[in-house]
Amino acid sequence: MTVTTFVVVSVIKIVIAIMVLLAAVAYSTWLERKLVGHIQNRWGPKRVGPFGLLQPLADGLKFILKEDLVPPHVYKPLYLAAPVLSLSLALTSIALVPIGNWVAVGGVYTPLEITDVNIGLLILLGITSLSVYGVALAGWSSNSKYSLLGGLRASAQMVSYEIALGLSLVGVLIMSGSLNLREIVDMQGGHLVGWIPRWNIFRGQIFAFFIYLAAAFAETNRVPFDLPEAESELVAGYHTEYSSMKFAMFFMAEYANMITVASIATLLFLGGWHGPVFGPWWLVDILPIFWFGLKVFAFIFLYIWVRGTLPRFRYDQLMAFGWKFLFPLAMANVLVTSLIVALQK
Amino acid sequence: MQLVLFFVFGIIAVAAAINLLAQRHPINSALSLIVVMASLAALFLLMGAEFLAAIQVIVYAGAIMVLFVFVIMLLNAGEEERTPGSRVAKRLGYPAVVVLAGVVAWTLLTHNPHPVPVNLSGRFVGSPTAIAQLIFRDFLLPFEVTSVLILIAIMGAVVLASPVGTAAGPGSPEQPPAKREG
Repeated sequence: MTVTTFVVVSVIKIVIAIMVLLAAVAYSTWLERKLVGHIQNRWGPKRVGPFGLLQPLADGLKFILKEDLVPPHVYKPLYLAAPVLSLSLALTSIALVPIGNWVAVGGVYTPLEITDVNIGLLILLGITSLSVYGVALAGWSSNSKYSLLGGLRASAQMVSYEIALGLSLVGVLIMSGSLNLREIVDMQGGHLVGWIPRWNIFRGQIFAFFIYLAAAFAETNRVPFDLPEAESELVAGYHTEYSSMKFAMFFMAEYANMITVASIATLLFLGGWHGPVFGPWWLVDILPIFWFGLKVFAFIFLYIWVRGTLPRFRYDQLMAFGWKFLFPLAMANVLVTSLIVALQK
Repeated sequence: MQLVLFFVFGIIAVAAAINLLAQRHPINSALSLIVVMASLAALFLLMGAEFLAAIQVIVYAGAIMVLFVFVIMLLNAGEEERTPGSRVAKRLGYPAVVVLAGVVAWTLLTHNPHPVPVNLSGRFVGSPTAIAQLIFRDFLLPFEVTSVLILIAIMGAVVLASPVGTAAGPGSPEQPPAKREG
């Protein structure tokens, strides 16, 4: 592949990925409002368009047209940089997520992801671990007690749960022997016995999956771990002092992070794009992407379902759960998995 | 191409390091240090140490510096103050830096007269497997001794930080916040 083709193909893939991600973010907010509405015996958005489907557009328009307020007491450079940092890191991480096999389009053979990296998973974790700065700096630079408390909670919580999150993935890595997301997914093709697919969740990593799930909720600051923005005690936490588009950027970052976390879970535990493939050639090409999208959608649905069901943790419970329960469990999972893999060799 | 990238990230690293010293506010200094870490990771990547680069970002920029920022936020540290001591530090500090840099350069040049050119090919040689074999086979004992050392340091920090007699342990569990009725 020549340099020019590479650049053109990459730019096209980046544009498509960002558009799809932003559309998914917008419609996740719609889905969340709709689902939580139905869970709480309300209708949710239904006035703008059929089933309220145009609600995200109306929201976006409203955010853009709102007055862009910068309170006089903030530390301006960081106050302005924090939402940009949050959103750009959240959007960057999608570059490493493969959504399907290699495809040939117009004579160019290319993987269905922006870039295929040897250590894709580590880079994803690196980007996730940096995203705490957006929240922490927003809380600090706002120069308000609620924001500061929110920022402090967020940084402590995200650092604590990152350990359990990272350790829960180690079992999968031991089993697949690779840090490349594509290779990890390729290991999960085929079936175990009968119709049970060879996904990592069915190969003994079920505890790891639930540890990952709990830690991922905490990493993305979602209910029941949304202490950094607990409305009942902190007004809105770290984004109390933000308005209009800057406020919206934090929310877009949160939903984009949800989608990334759901993609990682799909790739590592649920077999990525593997699923029944049948039909004519165009269906064979499209079905893997469909399975991937369906699994990610199931995660987003679960996120929202949990939000509509569970109450918020108390802060000391949150820390105790992370350090005294999830962390030892993840450690035990690593030990048992490595023991089994070593015995099999 | 690799040489250009090397210079770009090298200059960013040095500029951020100077900015770290020049800034008067601790949070700006901490952020400059994060930039230094990130550009060092990019330099590692250029030398083919992909795993090291990722770990540099995850551990240093993502965990250790978060704790730095956390502490600065928690202490609500303000701007650095000028004291008579800082004038002395300025008078002595600049010559000391020059002397130190001179000594380091002299040592490097005399003890290593034929330096091996750094491989900037961008070909990845430091794979996770290679690093794991170094740490867990060739240097297992130093590695384990270091981890024990860190454990001792953590225990020391906990003992030092907890005031005498109120050390939280099994004997004196921390009370959960009292519940308000009604």
